Amino acid sequence: MPNYLLFLYSEPDAFNETSPAEMQAIIQKYRDWRMRLQKTGVIVGGEKLQDGTGRMMRRTGGETSVIDGPYTESKEIIGGFFEIQAENYDRAVEVASDCPHLEYGGTIEIREVEMIVTSAGSGE
Amino acid sequence: MNDLVDHLFRHHSAKIVATLTRVFGSRHLDLAEDVVQDALVKALQQWPFKGVPENPAGWLTLVAKNRALDLLRRDESLASKAEQLELALPHHASAAVASDVEMDDQLALILMCCHPALPVEYQIALTLKTACGFSTAEIARAFLTPQTTIAQRLVRAKRQIRDHDIVIDPPSADDLPVRIDSVLRVIYLLFNEGYAATSGDDLVRADLCEEAMRLGTLVITHSPQRQPAAHALLALMMLQAARLPARTLKDGTLAVLAEQNRALWDRKLIGLGMRHFGASAEGDTITTYHLQAEIAAVHATAASEEDTDWPKLVELYNDLYKLEPTPIVLLNRAIAISRCQGPHAGLTALAEIDAHNSLRNYHLLPAVAAELWKQAGDNQRAAQAYQRALECPCSAPERAFLETQLQRLN
Repeated sequence: MPNYLLFLYSEPDAFNETSPAEMQAIIQKYRDWRMRLQKTGVIVGGEKLQDGTGRMMRRTGGETSVIDGPYTESKEIIGGFFEIQAENYDRAVEVASDCPHLEYGGTIEIREVEMIVTSAGSGE
Repeated sequence: MNDLVDHLFRHHSAKIVATLTRVFGSRHLDLAEDVVQDALVKALQQWPFKGVPENPAGWLTLVAKNRALDLLRRDESLASKAEQLELALPHHASAAVASDVEMDDQLALILMCCHPALPVEYQIALTLKTACGFSTAEIARAFLTPQTTIAQRLVRAKRQIRDHDIVIDPPSADDLPVRIDSVLRVIYLLFNEGYAATSGDDLVRADLCEEAMRLGTLVITHSPQRQPAAHALLALMMLQAARLPARTLKDGTLAVLAEQNRALWDRKLIGLGMRHFGASAEGDTITTYHLQAEIAAVHATAASEEDTDWPKLVELYNDLYKLEPTPIVLLNRAIAISRCQGPHAGLTALAEIDAHNSLRNYHLLPAVAAELWKQAGDNQRAAQAYQRALECPCSAPERAFLETQLQRLN
């Protein structure tokens, strides 16, 4: 079964006005969502990415440039990602569709991890 | 992944704010609140991916502390506080047991929020915001006040704290009784707002009652002064709160005392309330909380409406009126009179209240009159009174209740 990465985009200061009780409720919802999917082995991993911009590297004419980035037009940045197992994109979308992230105005990008078929046979 | 204790964020953030404010000084209350909010947001961004940590409260304390230390390093006027902060916020903070120092910090913060130099509505807003961890929006919902008004009160309260140089340090032994009285009053008002249920968000209102009882307990455990009054207030709140489960029927309509299923009353809370009521009898001062607690105790310990000691209640309302000469007390007294001397005696007592203009738009006055006319067998006058009650502002469940009563007459 292929793996999919769920990239969770959100605005970093989206929750500055949220009350402590609301924040706890939101965390609880993520927790419930995750527990449900972990139990059935759908979620296989997840990481939070550091806030702030990362680094963009590029080499032009033997010269390597390193700049802070990426800078995008939108205020949303990737907060972190989950890795899930799903039969196909439809099923991956289904899994992500009740992620609390969408409820709170965030965006989710789903990408399938490509499985390389080696000469020895399957890529499992 | 770990589960979170109920209200952990609200209570633990209030706890850290209290400690940080003690370290920073009351003029930097905003700073303390920002630091804690940052820590909570950090948790919100991290925990969904990494799971809830083993010791969530300790995690929040540590992140807040590091953030505070960062700020202290950048601000010369605060740099000397770093060592104090290190001592004030130990690494191993856990949510389950608050240390004595933390409890003292919290009481000190409440005393500051309820400083008598601040207008009482500022005291209430500030207590909810800083000592209870409510957001401006939640306070606004609880008090049916625009959010901008609450935000303004908070800004002004903080400005007055700076202008009057109100400090968070515990007051002197001479000042303490007056200051505790002010805290008890705010707790009482919080509870009443939560209990009144005239309208608004039920969930936030239940939280108000719960917070009021939590703060009351905190005062009792940590203030050497005004213990009997604090016990009386806590008894009053618990005995009232015990009846809450029976007050709303399944269809959302209100059940008056006589119609309430007393089996739904929270017996454990009544027991606790009675214990505090017993403890309130020490000393020789009788406060309004004592009398109101005793009234609540008479109701809470009666097996039924008929079984209630109404003559005792009339007596208690008479005493209460001496301390609090308000028309609301007279209204309740009139109800008690009607129960032991009949509807006509009740109506006569009610008629005395009509002189008070402040109750002109209060729906319960004509509603009680209507009920008494009905008992007296005069359905026409009862209907007229219900009509008058419906002309007054009241919540949807109350309106539904009045309309049903009116229909039953016809």
